[in-house]
Amino acid sequence: MWIDRVIELERGKRLVAIKNISLAEEHLHDHFAADAIRNEPAIPVMPFSLIIEGMAQTAGILVGHTNDFQEKVILAKIGSAEIDRDALPGHTLRYSAEITQMDAVGAATAGTIDLLDHAHADAGWQRIGAIDLLFSHIDANRTGQVFPEHNFVFGESFKTLLRTSGVLP
Amino acid sequence: MNREEIFNKIREVLVDALGVDDDEVTGTAVLTSDLGAESIDFLDISFKLEQSFGFKIAQGELFPDNAAQNPDYVVDGKVTAKGLIELKEKMPHVDFTDFEADPQLARIGKLFTVDALVNFVDTKLQTASA
Repeated sequence: MWIDRVIELERGKRLVAIKNISLAEEHLHDHFAADAIRNEPAIPVMPFSLIIEGMAQTAGILVGHTNDFQEKVILAKIGSAEIDRDALPGHTLRYSAEITQMDAVGAATAGTIDLLDHAHADAGWQRIGAIDLLFSHIDANRTGQVFPEHNFVFGESFKTLLRTSGVLP
Repeated sequence: MNREEIFNKIREVLVDALGVDDDEVTGTAVLTSDLGAESIDFLDISFKLEQSFGFKIAQGELFPDNAAQNPDYVVDGKVTAKGLIELKEKMPHVDFTDFEADPQLARIGKLFTVDALVNFVDTKLQTASA
């Protein structure tokens, strides 16, 4: 999972989640690893692609929760994604997602990302980006393709997150 | 709102949804083959039209809804006479003239031009104000 906890949820409208970035995360050991040949040190930076995935999980849960996770909610399109600042180990990211439109076929969401640098906590949350996404309810898609009955989108990791966040019992 | 104003707003929607340039959006441009729209883009366009013009678009109202899966409407890769009647009734904003001559299902994407969107929005707005 690329979010740690859901901290606010208003059904069908808005969901806020946080992600604490830790140097223990293996991907940060490679992004970017030290380069002995160029004599460059390691620079651990959260990849922007994974920040987008964090927003996709945040907004995807919001969309799924609207119909009690009966729909298979798939990220279908990244409408726009702008991230202005690197997120580093020790930082906390806050993803806020809102449903702008939703129907039987899918949903559009608008999201913002804020960053808290605990070394400069007095500066508070800083807005570092915005991501708009489009989700498809794949069972209602227009191709007529049939998918397995069980909801493979919201698997055990999602359920654990939702339970520990108090969203599910 | 006249057709030119509708066209200009639709152009903004398509530039935003499909990442195309302003001048690529002409009345005869086909959403798929000319502007690169894929299936999910139709949902995006539909949502953006709703936001831009302030009306709701029902499922299957703007683009056909699972027509290809209906055995009454498609036989051997061709849209049947019954299918054509149904499509024309459901989508009066689309010009079927060329398509009727050779109703291959594979050509159905060609029906969805920028002009078809303008027709659709024009009718919706007129119906709403009537």
